[in-house]
Amino acid sequence: MPLKKAFTTTIDNVSILDEHGSFDAKLGAPGGKPIIPDDDLVKLYEHMCLCRKYDEVAFKLQRSGRMGTYPENRGQEATSLGAAYALNGDDWLVPCYRENAGLFWRGLPLEFVLLHWMGDERGNAIPEGMCITPLAIPIGTQMLHATGLAWASKYRNEKRLACTFFGDGATSEGDFHEAANFAANLDIPVIFFCQNNGWAISVPTKIQCSAPTIAQRGIAYGMDSIQCDGNDIFAVVYCMKEAAKRARENNRPTFIEAVTYRLGDHTTADDARRYRDAKEVEKWNNRDPMIRLRNYLVQRKLWDDAKQEAAVARAKEAVTAAVKRAEEIASPKTADIFNSMYAELPDDLVIQRETMMTHSLGQHPEELPPTSTQQRTHQQA
Amino acid sequence: MTTTTREIEFRDALRDAMSEEMRRDKRVFLMGEEVAEYNGAYKVSKGMLDEFGPKRIIDTPISETGFAGLGIGAAMMDLRPIIEFMSWSFSLVAADQILNNAPKMLYMSGGQFGCPIVFRGNDGAGGQLGSTHSWCVEGLFSSVPGVKIAIPFDPYDAKGLLKTAIRDDDPVFFLESERLLSTKGSVPEEDYTVPFGKALIRRAGTDCTIVSFGRPLYFCLEAAEELAAEGIDCEVIDGRTIRPLDIDTIIESVKKTNYCVVVDQSWPFASVASEIAAQVHQYCFDDLDNHVHRVNSDDVPTPYAYALEQAYLPNTRKVCEAVRAVTYNA
Repeated sequence: MPLKKAFTTTIDNVSILDEHGSFDAKLGAPGGKPIIPDDDLVKLYEHMCLCRKYDEVAFKLQRSGRMGTYPENRGQEATSLGAAYALNGDDWLVPCYRENAGLFWRGLPLEFVLLHWMGDERGNAIPEGMCITPLAIPIGTQMLHATGLAWASKYRNEKRLACTFFGDGATSEGDFHEAANFAANLDIPVIFFCQNNGWAISVPTKIQCSAPTIAQRGIAYGMDSIQCDGNDIFAVVYCMKEAAKRARENNRPTFIEAVTYRLGDHTTADDARRYRDAKEVEKWNNRDPMIRLRNYLVQRKLWDDAKQEAAVARAKEAVTAAVKRAEEIASPKTADIFNSMYAELPDDLVIQRETMMTHSLGQHPEELPPTSTQQRTHQQA
Repeated sequence: MTTTTREIEFRDALRDAMSEEMRRDKRVFLMGEEVAEYNGAYKVSKGMLDEFGPKRIIDTPISETGFAGLGIGAAMMDLRPIIEFMSWSFSLVAADQILNNAPKMLYMSGGQFGCPIVFRGNDGAGGQLGSTHSWCVEGLFSSVPGVKIAIPFDPYDAKGLLKTAIRDDDPVFFLESERLLSTKGSVPEEDYTVPFGKALIRRAGTDCTIVSFGRPLYFCLEAAEELAAEGIDCEVIDGRTIRPLDIDTIIESVKKTNYCVVVDQSWPFASVASEIAAQVHQYCFDDLDNHVHRVNSDDVPTPYAYALEQAYLPNTRKVCEAVRAVTYNA
């Protein structure tokens, strides 16, 4: 018997506005109607200017000791921004920690992310109705939460979807594989948005995945998967619109591999020069998502140097104001340690809160106000 | 006024709790391996698929991290997931989700995202299941802030505590014993709940306090009868929940008896028994006539061989010996 093909597949790669400035009108403006109208495109570019400035200022804040650590987003602005742009305001954005552009586009006040990296949990208390989950640091855990959020939306017949962001490295985590399997098997309207930025701290993508694309990991679980130029906001928006349609109409998940590059270090605690080839960085500097978009806008006479100057000035002003707001928020009080532990603080934690300034748990100093627990602890003392 | 009661099995009590809460609250759903078509590996969810349909009784892939994490996401949307682990032993592969995410969600989101989720399943040695399938997770998990842990002893508590767990706004670990699923007891016909953090004195006594949770309480109650014949009148306290822990009831009892034995089916090192012993020493130091004695499983993986497993677990003989030893100077 001849061998038969049990399964064959291909992975499409989408590129609409490439690094040389050529624009594919068939995908980018089908029927003459651009997938991103000009007015929006200008706003998106200006938003990138804001995020780039934000990155620059946050980096300096860390270096001057005013912030604990910070992961630069530089070079990856088009990915989460394109994704957030393509979604509805009540779709969930489920980030890891390099999605500032998308979160700010959704409306997250700039100071929240600063506050988070300054070491304050309140930076993760996303304003009600913004449909953003807290930054997820442990790598990959949020993909399951996104799947759960999307599942809950389906349960309630809400037609909302969830888009979760993660890096190439996170696709090695079990959480990704279990989330992808669930989403595909249970028809869950979630978009797995992989920012393949080439590096997981110092580990290159080829050590995470020996297949030619990350996208085929999605195929393995039975979901539509596509790769795009992640530095091309048109390509990102194209893929997202397709994915969102699939999710809303058929509750089907999609895997998007956006190929991009982390131009900065992993975080301020890292020095990428120690493990990356300067030529590689140089190559990707030339593929910067902002350069190609600016050139395109200039060519279309939608942008010029004066506008650039004004945009940068506005960005600087907005970021400066955000830093001021973040730094003006008073540090939490020591007793706030016990805030948000449970819906209602149980008795034993009430005792701990009241005795935390003493030398031993449950040891009540005389000067503390009387409480229901005082009798017990005094008898002991 | 008389209360109508009926005699049901522990597993029926669990099912009734889930079904009643699902009728009461559309946000509640049950998810896990084999919970739907197969009626649950231990038949706890028998008939639930027929009543509630596949939207709310959901069979999953063998993927503990998957359904634990998905449940957390759904809970963040204020649904009320009940996640069944066929065995708590299998929850270890989902440790990051259940220990590192669920109990921290409210805290790490600055109070924004609650996590009203119930994880439930069999806990403890089921009988020659081997070490990897015989975990008592309470020793390990109760150390984590942000969780609530309930261990029911009889059908009444199984139903009442599970209903409380489902209504609770925080993540609850609900630990059932496979060895108790077929035991019977009476439960009221009408709606009731058993609150968390309220221990129950299962047997009143004056000479020695015995504290335990779940299945080992059977040994404690048996031991108490045996010891009564010797003239030692034990007070047996069912803690019901480990977090929150009702230390007040234990303290009150120890102040009366002056002796305390803690019986805990998990391992002895840094165990639930250690914590209770520490607190009793702290709060009852002047009342104790001996240090608190502990009865735990031996400090080895659960043996597979029948005789060794039996020797390893807490049992009536060990409880009796601990009580005799602690009260030797009475």
